[in-house]
Amino acid sequence: MPPLPVSQIPLNWYLILSATLFLIGVAGFIYRRNIITIFMCIELMLNAVNLSFVALSYQWKQVDGHIFSFFVMVVAAAEAAVGLAIILTVFKNRQTLEVDEISSLRN
Amino acid sequence: MDVILFLVFSAIAVACALNLVVQRHPISSAISLVGVMASLAILYLLLGGEFIAMAQMIVYAGAIMVLFVFTIMLLNAGAEKRGVKRPWAVYLGIPLLTGLLGIISFLVQGQVQGSPPVILGGFTGGAAGDVGRALFTRYVLPFEVVSVLVLIAILGAMVLARKEIE
Repeated sequence: MPPLPVSQIPLNWYLILSATLFLIGVAGFIYRRNIITIFMCIELMLNAVNLSFVALSYQWKQVDGHIFSFFVMVVAAAEAAVGLAIILTVFKNRQTLEVDEISSLRN
Repeated sequence: MDVILFLVFSAIAVACALNLVVQRHPISSAISLVGVMASLAILYLLLGGEFIAMAQMIVYAGAIMVLFVFTIMLLNAGAEKRGVKRPWAVYLGIPLLTGLLGIISFLVQGQVQGSPPVILGGFTGGAAGDVGRALFTRYVLPFEVVSVLVLIAILGAMVLARKEIE
């Protein structure tokens, strides 16, 4: 087995991974046009923030970061329920999921 | 051991996240998101967050994703239409986001100096007992407030998704 590039993972790598996932979520939020995919990109961003909460909780050896990410999970669950209900209503009224076609609030 | 786990699962997480953004069909994106969440749960375990890892698997990868897949199936959502309407967004946005990632990485490397290397078992205060103790003593007010929030969300979802009664 080849030797590994590092013997231990610095905490910074977790934060950089979190930033990477967050920016991928931002990119998807901007580029996608399907409203459900946009919603999933929001969930991806919330997950990325959770990762940095848990990583910083490791650094300070305190449980508070875990509590914060627990609350983020609860709020994400509530948000998913309401958001998907809104998507259902929009689809019922407009028969489309493309965000560019749902533009009655523009101008 | 934990180095291998971190490298493997962070690679899976980033690959699944990219797949989420690239795929056109919402179901493929949903499956990729489950992959991201499951690999993040493994990373939480490495960081000593046992309760959060299990909650991630049950709440996120289980409940929320079932809700998403259920909605996609219910609406019979097809693949997104081809063709980029805003090509400048791709050509300008990807370099900008990569540059932003570089800046964030640089700042993190500079600011978070002397942080301990992550080893499995380096922090053992994340078990369900510890989380529950903190949740019901120091964080009891946010806990109660968030339960009201969940109640409001349930009512709101019911009101939004109900059929109009004639």
